[in-house]
Amino acid sequence: MTEKIKWNHKDLVSLEPLSKEELIYILETAKSFEEVLKRDVKKVPTLRGKSVLTLFYEPSTRTRTSFEMAAKILSADTINISTSASSVSKGETLLDTVKNLEAMSIDAIIIRHSFSGAAEFLSKRVKASVINGGDGRHEHPTQALLDILTIWEYKNILSGLKIAIVGDILHSRVARSNLIALKKLGNEVRFVGPATFIPETFRELGAEIYYNLEEGLYDADVVMALRIQKERMGSGFYPTEREYARCFSINKNSINFAKKDAIIMHPGPVNRGLEITSDVLDDKRCVVLDQVTKGVAVRMAVLYLLLTGGKVEN
Amino acid sequence: MSKSKKEIIIIDEKTFPRVINRIAHEIMEKNPDLSDLVLIGIKKGGSLLKERIKNAIKKMEGIEVLSGDIDITMYRDDIFKISPKHKIETTELLFSIDDKNVVLIDDVLFTGRTVRAGIDAIFDFGRPKRIQLAVLIDRGHRELPIQADFVGKVVPTSRKEIVEVMFKEVDGKDGVVLREKNDRKNKVES
Repeated sequence: MTEKIKWNHKDLVSLEPLSKEELIYILETAKSFEEVLKRDVKKVPTLRGKSVLTLFYEPSTRTRTSFEMAAKILSADTINISTSASSVSKGETLLDTVKNLEAMSIDAIIIRHSFSGAAEFLSKRVKASVINGGDGRHEHPTQALLDILTIWEYKNILSGLKIAIVGDILHSRVARSNLIALKKLGNEVRFVGPATFIPETFRELGAEIYYNLEEGLYDADVVMALRIQKERMGSGFYPTEREYARCFSINKNSINFAKKDAIIMHPGPVNRGLEITSDVLDDKRCVVLDQVTKGVAVRMAVLYLLLTGGKVEN
Repeated sequence: MSKSKKEIIIIDEKTFPRVINRIAHEIMEKNPDLSDLVLIGIKKGGSLLKERIKNAIKKMEGIEVLSGDIDITMYRDDIFKISPKHKIETTELLFSIDDKNVVLIDDVLFTGRTVRAGIDAIFDFGRPKRIQLAVLIDRGHRELPIQADFVGKVVPTSRKEIVEVMFKEVDGKDGVVLREKNDRKNKVES
């Protein structure tokens, strides 16, 4: 009577190796965990005795807090390392740092790093489960999963939607993870922005590219604005912020190009007035805070699936 | 070979609703104040049984008692051992269970571990006045000191056997059968 699935992944580094069924399975598991977040007593004993480490080489508010909340609600113990306060600032290498931490019996490591591929590098060298909390421009799998869980809640379907992702695609790991997962589920993914932000090669990954905001947003079910990642870029991507905002900002006029019931998303943190204006952020179609809530549920699901991936047949 | 595999009918389609009616009667007898009564089914078999008991009470008394469903996957004691794993279902307990008389309902009582997990889950939602246990089949082999207050039928079994409870809603017909373990590959004991 019980539906079952075989879960054979140790790590969550990328959404690429996951099948459509596995993606849906994570999302369904997250949906069940959402109920726990609504309880008075937000605690279940599922991961009692497991240790979860967050190792962040880049700043983070949402992702780290959300992973920590998720682990704690599942009764796992959490340890946070921020690199500025650790031996990393003394020059210890990533692998040495992690090997030493793993020697203290860590079961899962959530890593954020500015180098693309850092999570994959680790996952092949440690026994603990490695979860990618964002690696350079590569991927941010749990962000895409929480985005899709949010879309699912508002649109009630997982496929056949038109999703416009607008802004700094080039530097965005969120855009890549979303593209991979949304395509697997059977959606139309549009990358919208100036040519400097959208390499042509994304067409090969299945994205449709629009250099004009009106065309890109036309008939979209979901509009996702991305942060202009000033810390990752030099100059020359756009003439001035004012000009960028005039052409590509999601504001109360440009949002009308999308469907009337389109939802507005942003992975945060937001540059208010640059990629999206304050009035749109405060619009009732804007689901940014729902995304954050869903983030905890998604991370509970990921931790649960990776850490309970038992091998013994009952 | 396959012909020699036996299947014993424990409760047939005709008797099934009568057994449920009897359990419903016994629950009401022990809990005269139906406004304090809460039925909680353990997903999925227990939830289906809970719905039936709830309907039986409604038919007899005209009262819709409070009810909810819990999924105990998060509370299992073998969560790191089972693979493939059970899918987590949503728990639906949308009211306070403080000071209520809770009847926990499952289809088959076996080792008692599911019930233990169910009791733990209930305590995360509040402090009931009392928890009683209702099951359709008690098949023995307890590994924990747990016993049911309301039992449809006690069936002595061997560990090699499987008790399969069928509900019209999902299986097309009502009934309980006992069969050998290898008969159906994917079935795990409840």
